[in-house]
Amino acid sequence: MSTRIVQGVPMPGWPMRIFKGLVLLVFCAVVIVPFVGVISTSVAPNKQINESGGLVLLPKSISFAAYESLFAGGVVTRALFVSIFVTVVGTLLSLIVSCLLAYALSRPSFVGGRPILLVVLFSMLFSPGIIPLYLTVKGVGLLDSLWALIVPTMISAFNVVVLRAFFMNLPNELTESARIDGAGELKTFTNIVLPLSKAVLSVIGLFYAVAYWNAFFSALLYLNDSKLWPLQLVLRTYVINDTQLGSAELGTELLPPQASIQMAILVVSIVPILVIYPFLQRHFAKGVLTGAVKG
Amino acid sequence: MLQRSKTRPQQQLSLGRRLLRDRVLLLFALPGVALIIAFHYVPLLGNVIAFKDYQPFLGINASDWSGWENFSVIFNGDPAFLRALKNTLILTSLQSIFVFPAPILLALLLNSLFSERIKRIAQSILYLPHFMSWVIVVALFQQMLGGSGLLNNYLRSHDLSTINIIGNSELFHVLLTSQIIWKDTGWATILFLAALSQIDSQLYEAASVDGASRMKQLWHVTLPGLRGIIILLFILRLGDSLTVGFEQIILQQQAVGRDVSEVLDTYVYNNGVLGGAWGVAAAVGLVKGIVGVILVLTANKVAHIFGEQGVYQR
Repeated sequence: MSTRIVQGVPMPGWPMRIFKGLVLLVFCAVVIVPFVGVISTSVAPNKQINESGGLVLLPKSISFAAYESLFAGGVVTRALFVSIFVTVVGTLLSLIVSCLLAYALSRPSFVGGRPILLVVLFSMLFSPGIIPLYLTVKGVGLLDSLWALIVPTMISAFNVVVLRAFFMNLPNELTESARIDGAGELKTFTNIVLPLSKAVLSVIGLFYAVAYWNAFFSALLYLNDSKLWPLQLVLRTYVINDTQLGSAELGTELLPPQASIQMAILVVSIVPILVIYPFLQRHFAKGVLTGAVKG
Repeated sequence: MLQRSKTRPQQQLSLGRRLLRDRVLLLFALPGVALIIAFHYVPLLGNVIAFKDYQPFLGINASDWSGWENFSVIFNGDPAFLRALKNTLILTSLQSIFVFPAPILLALLLNSLFSERIKRIAQSILYLPHFMSWVIVVALFQQMLGGSGLLNNYLRSHDLSTINIIGNSELFHVLLTSQIIWKDTGWATILFLAALSQIDSQLYEAASVDGASRMKQLWHVTLPGLRGIIILLFILRLGDSLTVGFEQIILQQQAVGRDVSEVLDTYVYNNGVLGGAWGVAAAVGLVKGIVGVILVLTANKVAHIFGEQGVYQR
């Protein structure tokens, strides 16, 4: 009769707890092992990669030769700059445009509020279709331009709805008192609302950033010129399709084995996400998003 | 919103005065609305090419009307179209059966953990794949399960026969499904965990006082608590049921051939953008989009009939 009660549920016995722990451990291993393998192989010595026939889980020694050849100024270096440009510029523009729209929609007596909100919400119900979207992008002359990776996806209706919900939950007194002090909408927005919204801004910003960084389909669809390729397309060509990366593409005579070059390209495209992930993680804990979804 | 406007005095301004008063806010909204209209609503108009014999050098307006001709692949059952439809339906069923319930089970497991710390660490790890692009996920699967991947190298070094998983057309549908499970199951638990945390713990206490076993509690307390969110997500899934993953499939199509890998979205891309059959591709895309909207609206109606909230209120 000494069953412990936590949150009203009796504590299960040890066998059950150990079983659950093992199941969870297997799941986590399935997620983590591929990352470990890729990172290890990218720095593993030549000989060890050849012996293993491919992936190495624990490098015997560490060499950054593969990275040196990637950053020598060839295809991958250029793709990296393209991806960074698209991600940084895209995220900034996305945040500005989304916040402005969400703020306008959060004002209680805004004259266009209802029809504009309907335009935003209704756009979530359908997607325009691949062909018409392609023709539209072509029509505005964005084909084979880096802006094709930014402009069509610049605003996400879902993110606008999340931001609007957050702005609406800010205490009304703050904006009212700013108005009484003579601040206009722009000043209220930049000096009162934005500083109070740092948490939601970072989550939405990181969502946009991850989407830009990962964008593959839009690059495949809109860019024929391989000089404009972002990292994801380079990754597809040289890693998934296994096209040989020679010294001509890499811009260096130094040629480490293909396997470690391929893994290094993978790592280069994974690391930025791994770096921002802990920040994202911290905000999930605060329930910023789930709160907004419920509201 | 309604309550706030009640508290302030009812000013009956004319529309012109209100537009003038809100000119700054209208300016704020302008770029975002313009983008949504330009890349969500204007392309809808582009669907007219489904009824035209579209020639890129003539443009949409100058191309001849062709009536329902482009739709004949659908109505007459063109084999390539039927193949894409069949694969789409197979994949969407696999996803409904295996992908959809996976995060519910995982959320129940995470929720039943007693150590908050272990739960948090597990969540951090399991959410991660969601933020990887499909290119990365496909590449990682190749490295693990491919011909010279970790699994086969292990088998080879132990003199066991290797398994051909990547590039095997017979296993392709299973491979696609497991990739989605790997990528998104962890992240999808987030909504279920939020719903689980909303369940009143007194319900569990009452149930356990009444002698309900843990299984009974799961059935009578936990699952009813998740019902709303499960129905909501299932409706959203239904609306997407003809969308089975474009990037994921186009990346792997070469390796297995179109017989098993062509789905409606890749059919539209391959025939339209690559093949130049713009009108036919647009027609297939248009029908797919309309079916999607009908599915959401129908599912929502059914949810209302059963007394659930659904995606939107009546």
